Amino acid sequence: MKSYEIVIGLEVHLQLDTQTKIFCGCATHFGRNPNSQTCPVCLGLPGSLPVLNQQVLESAMKIGLALNCTINTFVKFDRKNYYYPDLPKAYQISQYDFPIAKKGSLAVTTNGQTKNIGITRAHMEEDAGKLIHDPDIKSSLVDYNRTGVPLVEIVSEPDMRSSQEAYDYLTSLKLLMEYLDVSDCDMEKGSLRCDANVSIREAGSKEFGTKTELKNLNSFKAVKAAIDYEVARQIKMVEAGERIIQETRLWNDEKQMTFSMRSKEEAHDYRYFPEPDLVPFTITEKDIEKVRQTLPEFPQEKIDRFISQYQLSAYDASVLAQDKALAKFFEDCVVQLNAPKKICNWITSALKQELNTRKMDVHSIKLTPSDFVSLIKNVEEGVVSNLVGKEILTVMLDTGNACEVIIEEKGLRQVSDDEALNKIIDEILKENTPIVEQIKSGKESAVGFLVGQAMKKTQGKANPKKMGELIKRRIQNG
Amino acid sequence: MKLNELTAHEILDGLQAKTITAQAVTACVKEVIQAQDKKIHAYAHTDDAAIAPDAAMAGKYPIPIAIKDNICIKDYPTTCSSHILKGFRPPYDATVVRKLREAGLIFLGHANMDEFAFGSSTESSCYGVTKNPWNLACVPGGSSGGSAAAVAGNEAIWALGSDTGGSIRQPASFCGVVGLKPTYGRVSRYGLIAFASSLDQIGPITKDVTDCAILLNLIAGHDELDSTSANVPVPDFTQSLKKDVKDLKIGIPKEYFIEGVDAEVKQSVLEAINNLKAQGASFVEISLPHTEYAVATYYILATAEASSNLARFDGVQYGLRCQPEQQRRTPIIDLYEETRHQGFGAEAKRRIMLGTYSLSSGYYDAYYLKAQKVRTLIKQDFDEAFKACDAIITPTAPTTAFKLGEKTSDPLSMYLSDIYTISVNLAGIPALSLPCGFAKNGLPIGLQIMGKPFDEEMLFRIGYTYEQSTDWHKRRAVL
Amino acid sequence: MISKKDVQYIAHLSRIHLQESEAEKLTHDLEGILGYIEKLNKLDVSQVKPTSHVLPIENVFRQDIVRPSLNPKDIMKFSVENDGRGSFKVPQVIE
Repeated sequence: MKSYEIVIGLEVHLQLDTQTKIFCGCATHFGRNPNSQTCPVCLGLPGSLPVLNQQVLESAMKIGLALNCTINTFVKFDRKNYYYPDLPKAYQISQYDFPIAKKGSLAVTTNGQTKNIGITRAHMEEDAGKLIHDPDIKSSLVDYNRTGVPLVEIVSEPDMRSSQEAYDYLTSLKLLMEYLDVSDCDMEKGSLRCDANVSIREAGSKEFGTKTELKNLNSFKAVKAAIDYEVARQIKMVEAGERIIQETRLWNDEKQMTFSMRSKEEAHDYRYFPEPDLVPFTITEKDIEKVRQTLPEFPQEKIDRFISQYQLSAYDASVLAQDKALAKFFEDCVVQLNAPKKICNWITSALKQELNTRKMDVHSIKLTPSDFVSLIKNVEEGVVSNLVGKEILTVMLDTGNACEVIIEEKGLRQVSDDEALNKIIDEILKENTPIVEQIKSGKESAVGFLVGQAMKKTQGKANPKKMGELIKRRIQNG
Repeated sequence: MKLNELTAHEILDGLQAKTITAQAVTACVKEVIQAQDKKIHAYAHTDDAAIAPDAAMAGKYPIPIAIKDNICIKDYPTTCSSHILKGFRPPYDATVVRKLREAGLIFLGHANMDEFAFGSSTESSCYGVTKNPWNLACVPGGSSGGSAAAVAGNEAIWALGSDTGGSIRQPASFCGVVGLKPTYGRVSRYGLIAFASSLDQIGPITKDVTDCAILLNLIAGHDELDSTSANVPVPDFTQSLKKDVKDLKIGIPKEYFIEGVDAEVKQSVLEAINNLKAQGASFVEISLPHTEYAVATYYILATAEASSNLARFDGVQYGLRCQPEQQRRTPIIDLYEETRHQGFGAEAKRRIMLGTYSLSSGYYDAYYLKAQKVRTLIKQDFDEAFKACDAIITPTAPTTAFKLGEKTSDPLSMYLSDIYTISVNLAGIPALSLPCGFAKNGLPIGLQIMGKPFDEEMLFRIGYTYEQSTDWHKRRAVL
Repeated sequence: MISKKDVQYIAHLSRIHLQESEAEKLTHDLEGILGYIEKLNKLDVSQVKPTSHVLPIENVFRQDIVRPSLNPKDIMKFSVENDGRGSFKVPQVIE
């Protein structure tokens, strides 16, 4: 069998989370009653006219800059003409030859290797409505709440060579967009959508093979699975001497297969022409600079900085950077307690576990950086043991109380007072004479067993470190 | 003179002097519509109940007006004289309608028009033809034929029309009234059901130049709902109603006076030119060398935009919905195709097809893009010409009103009758048509004055000066 | 220059059903009109920029502030067919 190279390009549609639609003042909330967020403009009623939402242009510029694109200084809109019941004007206002951004790149790391995936372009356009099919009444129902919601379409170069690379591209893109705070990037809500263009060619060939377009990909997992299926299907066909047809195929998640779209027998002639109802836009270097100033630190920049500034490992820095809010929480804690590694450990283990269990994010829990820091301090200073500290965290998140309050209320203070400890040690040594003999004869590790016994006796409140030291000294001194 | 024969400014004077009441004027106009509209059929819809004005009529301009059927009036049948918009009542007012409401005007109803403004004769309306009040065997012009006939027939004191290639000016000329196409962007297009978005403008159709200036004052102005509306100050246009053309240079384009123009039309226009000369204006010959390409350019660009603007009429949301007796393709495609088959008239279908063709794959460069470039040349012709003159005078139309049915079998000859008005829309400049005489057959002749962008004041100045030295505007059609 | 087949194709692209007689008349009409439009080929426009907008207006925006939407009841009033719960109804669209 020959060796094949896989060629993948991805088109991602991002719904912007502006207050209002791209060309009218209707709100953009998800899940409202049908046609309750519409007006003559987004319904495409005769006589209505579009006016561009300035925030959409700014968000689109942000996206372009974040993807290292050139921002076009002359930008215009065009009509893409086709018929579908969810498209009220029978044309979509989009951008054809002068999109907002072009020629950029996104760094994607797959299996330890980092590669720059090219971004062909990014452009603004309006979303269409929603069609719900009801086979029982042989009708389809149309809701135009979604028409006019602003979209930015990001088109990659066909630079990806594996389904894993495609998956990693999507996760990197999603994280970057979350950092920009321009979209809530939620595939389930439809604010992030992806189509994949897939083709194969013999390894070493410079020519592109015929590509198929894959749609109905509802998760990153589905994108990967669909690409894998499609690649296998194409290879099988080529090996059998069959020609690949350029077509659109729908992914069926249940059957884990792609199927040809029956209704697309004819290629669309979109008859693009400049939108006469919208004037063109000239963007100056000053405008671009102004938007550049509002860009946040990007995920990779944050990872690099965490490594150099806080001496975190690449892995830890990356874990923190995956969640912009968590990364900020970390830094707010470090400001109060200069122990970045310790804080990072507490966040990536204990706190993350709590967030996962509760299915919440750091914004929605009742925990401030100072609360968290004081907990860590209490553990570090030996007021409570590490184990107890973790339990206290749970109670803090449940009640919103400060850790000092919880320690006092529940009497969790570690016993560190020498007299109290010695009393317990007396008991332990009496009860465990064979172990004591072992320790005397050099088996230091058995000290741990005695510490464990002491912890049991004190319900974990003994300071284990201190306990260990005292036991050792007692035994040494006879 | 009967109340319905008065001009708006005469009514305003009378209201102030308390010699007449707004109620009496409105009642009179409505009576006349009832009595005689069946003769000229200027109106598509006059259903009273829907737009009954408040009885007090206490606004600043309580004067009855006819509105062309392509300008949205909230909850009132707005149908572009087309079957496909059967029963459609928009849930909103056009910006100009909102402004007129605020000024207290009284809406008489929607005036008849060529379907979707496609035409120069008002013979393609789904409600039947409108007739010229000066001769019921003749067309009133189009596409704002209903608006012009209503004003000429005294079934409205004044009216709004729309102009994409001459649709205000040509009917004004055929009906012996005044019509203005403002500069593109001077009046908001929000609520005007679009034909060709880069060419359309709403404008006044009135009995004299004074009324035209008053009505333009009321509708002009920047609108934040229309991205193409110009953010320029609106002067008080009535201030330019002065008899003074001394030191003005007026251009006469040689291309508009060669063969094709009726001898009597040419004669009347030349007499008007002499009249203005006698009043102190000087004239200079200019050239608009790309004039002969204007009709071809227009019919590519306008129909291309129209094909896209009319695609939304598909039976899904509002208006007509049809399904064929036997399924042809899929239910939804059949719905589109049958609705548009039954809903659109022949001219509408012709223009949509031509427009779709010009934009289609493989033809865009040869047709649409080329026409856009020729449009640049036509605009440059005017930019050049206005370096040498303050305004340009031409006939409005090459002939007087033609007979009903005369041009309906040859679409191209219908298109060519727009030859003097079309370049104005392509260049985006303003132009005024006013009566300058009558032919031996008793039909009115129109004079067109073209101006620089946003220089409607110049048009009013020249127009008023000419008008006040004649009495064409005082003549009324007898029905 | 334009055949009846072209006309049928353009009709479908425009979503307009044409009867035989209409298609024939349209073919004839469009032939004539396109023939007239040929005169534009006499001009050399290779160095000319196209005009999309006749006014030199640029950069018109609106602010990202919510404005009132239409009442769904008013929308359903003009709807051809609806489901009684605020959605427009059309024959089933097969994907």
